[in-house]
Order: sequence, then structure tokens, then C-alpha cells
Amino acid sequence: MRRATLSAMLSHWLRHPLQLGSLLLGLALATALWSGVQAINAEARASYARAAQMLGQDRFAQLVPRDGQRFDQSVFVALRRAGWQVSPVLEGALQTDGQQLRVLGLDPLSAPAGSAPQTVTGRGDLPGFLTPPGQGYAAPQTVRALAGQPGLPRLIASDDVLPGLLITDIGIAQGLLEASGQVSRLILAPEQPRRRAPLAAIAPGLTQRPPQARADIAALTDSFHLNLTAFGLLSFAVGLFIVHGAIGLAFEQRRPMFRTLRALGVPLRSLIGLLMAEVLILALIAGLAGVALGYGIAAALLPDVAATLRGLYGAALPGTLSLRPAWWAGGLGIAVIGAGAAAGQSLWRLAHLPPLAPAQPRAWARASARGLWRQGAAALGLGLAAFGLAVFGSGLVAGFALLGALLLAAALALPGILALGLGVAERAAKGVLAQWFWADTRQQLPGLSLALMALLLALAANIGVGTMVSSFRLTFLGWLDQRLVAELYVTARDEEEAARLRQWLAPRVEAVLPVWSIEAPVAGAPAQIYGVADHATYRDHWPLLDALPGVWDRLAAGEAVLINEQMARRAGLGPGDALTLPGANGALIVAGVYSDYGNPHGEALLGQGLFTTLYPQAPRLRHALRLPPEEAPALARALVREFGLPAGNIRDQAAIKAVSVQVFDRTFTVTAALNVLTLGVAGLAMLTSLLTLAGMRLPQLAPVWALGLTRAHLARLELLRALMLAALTMVLAVPVGLLLAWALLAVVNVAAFGWRLPMFTFPADWLRLGALALLAGGLAALWPALRLARMAPADLLKVFAHER
Amino acid sequence: MLLEARDIEKSYGTGAGAVRVLSGVSFRAAAGESVALTGESGSGKSTLLHLCAGLDRPDAGEIRIDGQALGALDDRGRAALRRDRIGLVFQQFNLIPSLPVAANLSFQARLAGRQDAAWCAALAERLGLEGLLRRYPEQLSGGQQQRVAIGRALAARPRLILADEPTGNLDEATGDAVLALMLELVSETGAGLVMVTHSARLAARLDRRLHLSGGRIA
Amino acid sequence: MNVKALILWLLLAAPLWAQGFAGLGGGAEGFATPSPGTVLEFPADHGPHPDFRIEWWYLTANLRGADGRDYGVQWTLFRTALAPGEAEGWQSPQLWMGHAALTTPERHFVAERLARGGVGQAGAQAAPFEVWVDEWRMAGPDVSEIALTANGADFGYDLNLSADGPLIPQGAGGYSVKSAGGQASHYYSQPFYRVAGTLHLPEGSVSVSGQGWLDREWSSQPLEATQEGWDWISLHLDEGAKLMGFQLRQSDGTTYTSGTWIGADGRAEPFGDGALRMTPVERAAVAGRDLPVGWRVELPGRGLDVTLRALNPESWMDTLFPYWEGPVRVGGSHPGRGYLEMTGY
Ligand SMILES: Nc1ncnc2c1ncn2[C@@H]1O[C@H](COP(=O)(O)OP(=O)(O)OP(=O)(O)O)[C@@H](O)[C@H]1O
Ligand SMILES: [Mg+2]
Repeated sequence: MRRATLSAMLSHWLRHPLQLGSLLLGLALATALWSGVQAINAEARASYARAAQMLGQDRFAQLVPRDGQRFDQSVFVALRRAGWQVSPVLEGALQTDGQQLRVLGLDPLSAPAGSAPQTVTGRGDLPGFLTPPGQGYAAPQTVRALAGQPGLPRLIASDDVLPGLLITDIGIAQGLLEASGQVSRLILAPEQPRRRAPLAAIAPGLTQRPPQARADIAALTDSFHLNLTAFGLLSFAVGLFIVHGAIGLAFEQRRPMFRTLRALGVPLRSLIGLLMAEVLILALIAGLAGVALGYGIAAALLPDVAATLRGLYGAALPGTLSLRPAWWAGGLGIAVIGAGAAAGQSLWRLAHLPPLAPAQPRAWARASARGLWRQGAAALGLGLAAFGLAVFGSGLVAGFALLGALLLAAALALPGILALGLGVAERAAKGVLAQWFWADTRQQLPGLSLALMALLLALAANIGVGTMVSSFRLTFLGWLDQRLVAELYVTARDEEEAARLRQWLAPRVEAVLPVWSIEAPVAGAPAQIYGVADHATYRDHWPLLDALPGVWDRLAAGEAVLINEQMARRAGLGPGDALTLPGANGALIVAGVYSDYGNPHGEALLGQGLFTTLYPQAPRLRHALRLPPEEAPALARALVREFGLPAGNIRDQAAIKAVSVQVFDRTFTVTAALNVLTLGVAGLAMLTSLLTLAGMRLPQLAPVWALGLTRAHLARLELLRALMLAALTMVLAVPVGLLLAWALLAVVNVAAFGWRLPMFTFPADWLRLGALALLAGGLAALWPALRLARMAPADLLKVFAHER
Repeated sequence: MLLEARDIEKSYGTGAGAVRVLSGVSFRAAAGESVALTGESGSGKSTLLHLCAGLDRPDAGEIRIDGQALGALDDRGRAALRRDRIGLVFQQFNLIPSLPVAANLSFQARLAGRQDAAWCAALAERLGLEGLLRRYPEQLSGGQQQRVAIGRALAARPRLILADEPTGNLDEATGDAVLALMLELVSETGAGLVMVTHSARLAARLDRRLHLSGGRIA
Repeated sequence: MNVKALILWLLLAAPLWAQGFAGLGGGAEGFATPSPGTVLEFPADHGPHPDFRIEWWYLTANLRGADGRDYGVQWTLFRTALAPGEAEGWQSPQLWMGHAALTTPERHFVAERLARGGVGQAGAQAAPFEVWVDEWRMAGPDVSEIALTANGADFGYDLNLSADGPLIPQGAGGYSVKSAGGQASHYYSQPFYRVAGTLHLPEGSVSVSGQGWLDREWSSQPLEATQEGWDWISLHLDEGAKLMGFQLRQSDGTTYTSGTWIGADGRAEPFGDGALRMTPVERAAVAGRDLPVGWRVELPGRGLDVTLRALNPESWMDTLFPYWEGPVRVGGSHPGRGYLEMTGY
């Protein structure tokens, strides 16, 4: 009997290969979307981790030469012998055959834990590493590229090392770089002994660089990462709905057969068992295809990710994808779990419907009218939960929970809202055709709702992430414009040079503005305190979020302080509050709060007079120069010529900005590509739903045709229906997307980085997106509509002879 | 002549080859005339009726309604013909599941732009549907659905009523009443009626009887 | 104190063995081996012996503070060579490891330093005497008059030591045998230091005075594979005599013991295997291990039967190669104080 039942069930797929195809396609696409995003995410994370490890030394404070030049290692020994726990690093470029190699020399004995990649420090062969010819750790492709080159240490491939980099012992590196006895910088171990001689007494040529030297980049990286994570979540949701829709339809289509089988005596239990086995097999097949597809997606997008990270780190990252078992398993998992969840619901329905329940779609529609209420209630509950999380929640987890609740609430509410809207339209309709059109659309809703939910999520994600990205970009660029007003930034190597520099510059530029700072604890947390001149550069451009009147006058008068948003949020300070700075006699008034994107630390701004009185010891080396922009490059060259300043000490604002913008835009190419992809998949989900529905809908269309409508007319109505549904979904997606953007900007971002981004809306983008949605909906409906228009009358007539 | 079929041939293609259903059927039905179409199951009655309604095309032969050859009409023309002149009652009712009974009843009349609310109400009453107007088709019994289908066909006062076993699901008394209603309309408006039936008793009440057998009118 | 060397070797030298650079047996490839006939020469032997694979300067001190409390201090510099001999700069095969500890009855502070030879970060020289890693120093015009300093993140000390007794060669004229199989080292001590100085604790500084003991040892041979660990003691007895003793625990449950009785007059009397008996009498869970922190020590030939109790049972050296090392109080036939070291637990 089992065999007979099985063959009956399978015969359905043989008779309806299109349905089978669309089911598999739906499942595979959902899996592909999910696993593709996961693959990119995993690869990006792995790359970050590698980059972070590679740049591990940046997590430590460093002692760097003021002049940027290498120095003698006797300075290192002198510091060690004075109690400073420092470790020498020698860096340099080595020209090998055809490839520029970055050599990083370390001393594994004095290096603090975590300052070099794990595999480099974690291997046991210390003697081999130290003893000539030594060992050089490099990425596998670098090892391959260098194979056979003479004069190099024994090469060892390590996945933890960035391509193009060679990590070796400092002694070996000194030989390679012909820098005998030379050191580039010193890593400062986090734990230092209690007694140390002052740095200036032992190594006046070195200054301490705090560990967060790359904080700006780190924040950007994190935001990219967060973006991908959010996208992973969205794609998961979209995928789940697609799977759910595909499986649900597959069950619904076969309901008459189930009814007949049960009427003929197949026990419910074995029917359900067979169906479960069938779902599992289908899910595995589609899942495998999906993972492979996802791999393709990821492989296509990964070069962009690699480019982004290269932009962020200025270091080469592998642009290839390695197959990670985790996301193979994850992809199959989502296919099986998604299919299982969807099938569970359908099986439950099957088990609870009496064997002879009417098989007409209308009955299904009515049965799900109750489901609609339940969904509405769930949507309401989730909406309330999202609201609660937004108001009372804190932290990143709450932020993501808010995102999830919001999306799910919106998706669940969609069918209900559409049904309500269609009901209203139906009652308002005058003509008989219009009335039928609305009624019929409403009846089709249950079959389409999952595809529409997927479309809603895709559109909302598009609007949300798009708004976030654009807001981020706009704000960030604005902030760059404001913060980097000066055309050139020059750092002197020592005080004496700084004085000469100021003198030399005075007649040559419009203004020389000191940018002097000191690190000190403010309000209980480490912060950077800056002294700034009273100048239009600041008055006109500084990005104040909130300020007392006359803020700049107060600052110049030395009675007030400006703080960045991070410090304001952390210490709960606002304009008008009192703040005592270290070394100050009395409290200053917080006159304003400014935005400071990308900086994880607190910052305070003082008038220059007050700053020099309070902190006479602060190095006075950095200066911002105002001059006509076109003269900047010439002046930069002159500075190098006159003072021999290293290039790193002169920074051209335009160059900085260009690099930032480039990094930024690359970062989000990936997002944009994923956006389009999600939308496309949602469109495909709609196509498969419409295709499978088309077959089921013939009994509803045939009588109307028989009563005097042409097939072409019916097809046009079908197309119109899909467009109308897509348009309605788009209209609903706008508020959902905006809420999503708000949650990302005002909740998740604050939780993650401590600053809130202002939200900018881009209605023109919505129009474009709306057009895209209509295109997706229209394309999805086009094929089924064309099939209807061309359908042979005999096929329609069959409907009249068949019992349904 | 209201309906004129001449030398109609029709075969269906199946996996096992073509099945010839009609092989040279000719008949006529005049305005105001009622014709019974009988024949054993599978003899092609429904097929013939669908051809007459312009739902499908014959392989050979010609069908004319009010002198208009259906073969000369395009899709749109045939749709207009069905809408405006023909009342079809299907063997399987084929109501529109998304619309309530009232809307189903008036659907074709409104489509044809000839809605007559009083007539619709009268039809509902005569067919015993007054209490069911707000229900949906799947909430009706087979007989009730059949009565709605008949009402839908008559609501537009068609020139030609093509009914495929309209009383198949009805008890004798209701069947008689429904037939009376149709005949009343025929005599009132001068419409033609072609009705498929297995019941000799009902067939006897019509003006003429055609028997389909072996693909021909006997 | 060979066991530390053993552990050190496991890290540094084991790969060498694996690569076949050195044999397992006594004849360490290219390195000098201790020979029984060697006569110690001073001050030269206070300095490094780069041709030997391992070497250390090991100082412990039992101190009493002006606050009346007991303290213990350890200062050790290990030298290990990847290859015999010395070379300039980073190419030097010599590696250095410093351990410093300060023990109070309640707390135990530890610091560790690693360094490479050749660049000046760490090293040793005989005259004027100086041994150093980073800012940690043991230095004086001579070994009999030294200043000692070390620092950790939360402690430090500055001590002055002066010897009022002679250097004591251990074993046979400084040739100390470590196993029945003949493994040996060159080993001498200066157990007669008077110590005064200051300890730096998180709470503040304390001035202290007491007794100190310096061990100098170098060798090239690892222990026997069957030797699992090591219990070593150096005792300052109140009557003025000193006792050095150790037992090597072997995997079959037996031990190899050795000891030297040093009279108050500086006369040394070595005892061979079996003369000294060391028996655990008290155990404690320290750093997740089960350690004997109380010992009965018997030397029947001298009528000695004493019990050692740790000043602070938590004297765990949480270093790259962890071990237990801390001050003990001595009770019984010969009361006094001293240091206990236990490895391989
Ligand atoms: N779409 C089709 N494809 C193939 N054969 C068909 C098709 N539709 C009908 N037939 C065949 O054509 C023949 C006539 O069918 P039709 O429905 O006209 O019979 P009928 O006289 O109405 O029978 P009944 O009294 O049972 O309703 C039957 O043998 C049927 O099997
Ligand atoms: Mg029939």
C-alpha cells in the first residue's frame, strides 16, 4: 500500500513538473541567498580576524620615532634596562622577483602575547625561528609566489598571515632589509612594572602612540560587519518565507489527492510519514543546489569584499573563497529546517481537516481567514515587543531582537492589511468585473501571501539598509568636510622644529592653527583633550549637535569645554553641565556637544589659551594650515624640501577625503549588490507562486471566460493583479523600511558604536525601488499571464468536465 | 434560424491517439423552441453543447447563431456572443468561487450590461435562493449550486439557453419547477433552449428530442 | 635545580632533538660536558659558560621585615643555548629567562622576563660581577658583595647582600652527580649571605634583613628520561650550619638523593645517594595540583630530623614553566628556615 501511495504522490510531480521545478527552485534560492550571505560574512569575518591579528600590534600602545625614521636597537635595550617592557619591530619593503614583499621582523621572546598571528607565535620551533636562515611565515599564495627565491628564510605557509607579508625574526629581518641593528618601532606591553624611568630621559626620540591609532578604520570595519550581519538576518527572513511559501503551495495543490487517498483507506499516519520523507529529500536536493548557488553568489561578490577590506586595511586580502563546512551545513540546515517548519504547518492542517473537507481553494481561503486573525494577533504582539525593545531595550542583542521583531511583525501583518484593503476595494467597486477582480484577488491572497511577505521584506530591507547606508555616507562625508576643513596638516618632529615651522609658515599661509592634544582621563574614562585656536575654521564648520549660545566665545574665553557625542552619552553630559578636567582648578561648563563619527573614545575641546596653561607638557607638534586649496600640493612639496619632513607628517586633506570616500563607497557596493539580489529572489518567489497558482486558478477563471471574457482580457487582469499587489506591498514596505533604518541607525548603531546617526530619507530612491518592485511583480506575472492568454480552449473546457 | 449546426466533427487527442466524439452532427433549433439532447454517457453531449456556445471550435462543420457563423468570429467576437446571447448551465455548475451567490447570479447579466434587478430578485425567489444570497458557492449543496448556475444563465435573458443536465442534482419536484421556469422564459422571450438530460420524462416535456449516438444524431 | 632546565629544554631543545641536531644521551652535540676533574676558577666561573647548554644564577633569601613578618625572595636568571658559543647581535644562540618572586605569608608575587643574548638586553659577566635581564640586576664588585633588584607589575625589591663565609663547591669539588647513570653538573653555592634592603609591596615598602643563598650551576646534559621531578631544599639552621639537599623522583617510585652539610665554619660534607631522606607530611591543593607543602627531612649521619612547613603554601610560580618555590620554616632537631623547590607535579 505504501508503494501505491508513494507512486500516487510522485505521479503528481510527474504530471506537474513545473510545480516540482518551482518548489525546488524556491527552496534552492532561499538556501542560496542565505548561504551566499553567510559565506561572504564568514569570509569577511575570517579576513577581519586575520587582518586584526596581522595588525595585532596596533592593539598595543607603541613607541614610535618622532622623525619616522628607523633607530638603533640600543634604544630598545636602554628602555628594557630602564624597566620598559617593550618589544622591537622592524618593518620594511623587500623587492623580490616580480613582487614587493613587506617584511615584518619580531622578537618572539619579548613580544607581548597577541602581538603576532597565532600560528607564528604558537609553533614550538623557536630555535628554528631564531637561528639563521630562520623561518618566514607567509600566506600560502605568497609562499608559492616566493618559491625558489634565494636569500629568504625557510618559508612556512600560514593562513593567519596576510598575502604579501613575511613575518620573521627581527635578526633575520635586519639581514633581509640590510638594516643591521635597526628598529622601526617598539611595542609597549600592556603590563608594565611598577617602577620605570621616564621615557624622555631614556629615549627622547620616541613618543608613545596610543593603541587606538586605527580606531577610525576599525569603526568603519565594524559598521561594514554590522551591515553584513543585518543583511544575513534579512536574507534569512526572506529565505524562510520563500521556503515556507513553496512548501505550503506544494501541499495545497495536492490536497484533493490527499483527500482521495485517505478516502480510499490510506492511514493518516503513513500519509504523513511519506510526506515528511518527501519533504526531507526535496529539501536536501534543493539545499545542495542552493549551497552551490550561494557559493557562486559569494564568489561573485567576494572580490568586492576583498577590495573593501583592502581599502580599509591597505593590505592585500585573499579574494578567493574557501569552502567552510560551517556554511555548507548551515545552508542545508536552513533548507531542511525551513522546509520542515513549512511542512509542519501544512501537515498539521492535513491532520486536522476531516478527510472529506471541500478541496476548493475557496475553502482554503476561508480556513485561513481564521489564520489571518491569528497572524494579525501575532503581528500585533511582535509589533508591541518591537516597541518595547525600542523604548526599554539596550545593547546590541536587544537591537537585533528589535530588528527581528519588527520585520516579522511587518511580514505577518501584510496579508491581513492587504485583505482589509482588498475588502474595502471590493465593496467600493462599481462594475461587475471590478468587483470580481477584487474578490478574486482576495481569494488568491493566501496562496500569494508568503511570496508577498518575501517581497515586502526584500523591499523593506532595501529601503532600510539603503537609507542607513546613504545616511551614513552623507553624515560621514559631512563630518569629514567639517572636521578636515584645513587644507594641510603638518606634524613637526620636535618642538624646536615645530617653532621653526610656525615661523616659516606664517607668511606663506592664511592661518596656522595648532592641533595640540594630550591624553588624560575625563569623567572617569580615557579621553583625548585638544586645544584649538579661536578661528573661523572651527566657528563655521565644527559639527555641533547641541550647544549653548555663544559657544565659541565661551570656549575662547577659557570658561567652557566642548565634548564629543561619545563622551556626552557615556558620561551623561549635555550643554550647561559642569565638567572638571584633570589638572584644572574649577569646573568648566560644557558649552556644546559635537558629532565625532568613527571615534570610539571620548574627546574634549578647549580654547588654546586654557589648554596651554593646563597642559604645558603637551607636545606642540601638529598644525592645521589654511590656504587656497590649489596651493596645497606645492606647499606640501616645499615643506618636504625645506624641512625634510617625512611624507607621513604632511597630510593633504583632499587626499584623506578621497581615500575615505573610496573606502566607503567600496564598502557598500556589496550591500547594493545584495540588495538587488534579494529583490530578484523575492521576484522569483512571486513568479513560482504565481505559476503554481495559475494551475489551481483555472476553475476560477474558466467560468468567467465561458460567461463572455476573452482569454487575453483575463490575462491582462492577471497581470494587473500582480502589479497591483506589488504596488500595495511597496507602499507598505516604505514605512517598514524606514522603521528598519531607524532601528539600525538609532538603536543598533548606538548600541554598537556609541553614536547615533541622523536619518536622511531619499524618496527618489523609493520611486526607483517602486519601479523595480513593479518590474519584479510584472515580470513574475508575465509568464503565467501569457500562458493563460495562449491557453487552448480545450484546456479550459476540461475544467467544466472535471470534478474538483 | 436561431441555432444551426451542420456536419459537426470533433475529436480529442489523447495519449492513445485521437478519439472521435462527433462525426457529422447536424441539427437546428428555432427561436421559441425547446430541444432535448439525450445520449448515453460519453456520447458527446457536453462536447456538442460547448461547441454551440463557442467555447471550442469544431474540427469540421459549421455552427451559426442567428445566422452568424461562429467560425468567422475571433476570440473577442465569440466572447461577446457568449456574454450577450447565450446562457450556459454547466454540468459541474462552475460558479465563481470568490463571489457570493447574489453576485454569481447577476454576474453575466452585469457583464452583458443588461442587469435587471427585479428580474434577478424574481429568479432568486423562483429558484428558492432568497435565503442563500450572501453565501459563497462552497457553502451550498450541489442542488443549490445548480440552481444558482441556472439563475445565472437566465438572469441576462439570453437568446439561447444551453443547459447541460441542469436538473441532474435536483429532486423531481424541484427539477420540474426549474424546467417550468426555463420553458416559461422560452415562451415569454422567444429564446431557444437546448437541454441535455438523461431523463426521458423531462425530455418529453420539450418540443423536440435529439438522440446522440455513435457521433451522430440518430 | 636541573629539573627547571629539563623543562626549559623541553621547550627550547626538544625541537632540536626532533630535527636531529642533538643526541639524547650525555654527549650533547657540540656542547661541552661537565667532567669530574674540573677545578672551579674564580672569578671566571661567576660569569657565563656559553659552551654549556644550560646555566643559572639562583638566589633565594629568607627575610624578616621591620614589621616583624617573614618574607621570602627569589631571583633567578637562566641561560640556555641553542648552540654552543656566543655570537654578536640577534645571531647569538643564547637565550635568557629571569624569574623573580616575593613571598609573604598571605601572598606570592611573580614576574618573568625573557630575552635574547647578543644585544645587551640580558647577560652575565664575571668581573666586575654583573648578571642582568632588563632592569633586573645582580651586581657587585664581586660575588661576595652584591646588590639585587627586580620588579614586577605589582611588586619589587632592592637588596644588598654580603657574604661572611666561603663559596661551597657541591658534590665532589663542584662536580654534582644527578643520577645513578652519571648525569652531572658543575655546581657551587654561596650560602652565607647577610641580606638587608627594601621590599616594595602594593601596600607600601618594608625594610627587611635576613639570610641569602646563591646557587651557580651549569651543565649540558638532560636528566634521565625516567626522572619525573625534583624536590630541592636549602636550609639555614639556627645553629649556623646549612643544609643543601635534593631528591630526584623516578618513574618507578624510587628516588635519587644527594645532599651537602655545610658547617658554620664553611666546611662542606657531601652525602651520596640514600643518605638523605625526604618524606611528604602535609599536602595541599595548589594551582589545581596536589603538592606536598610539608616535609620530614632526615639526615641520620648528622642526627638531623626536621619538619619543613611552607610560609605560604600558595608559592606557585605561574611562569612559562610553572613550579613551586617558596620559603619554609624548619622545626625539629635543628630549627631554622630555608627554601623549598618542587617541580614535576
Ligand atoms: N479533453 C478531453 N480529452 C480527451 N477526451 C475527451 C475530453 N473531453 C471529453 N473527452 C471524451 O469525449 C467523449 C465525449 O465527452 P462528453 O463530455 O461530451 O460526453 P457526455 O455525452 O457529456 O457524457 P456524460 O453524459 O457522461 O456527461 C468522452 O468519451 C470523453 O472521454
Ligand atoms: Mg456531459
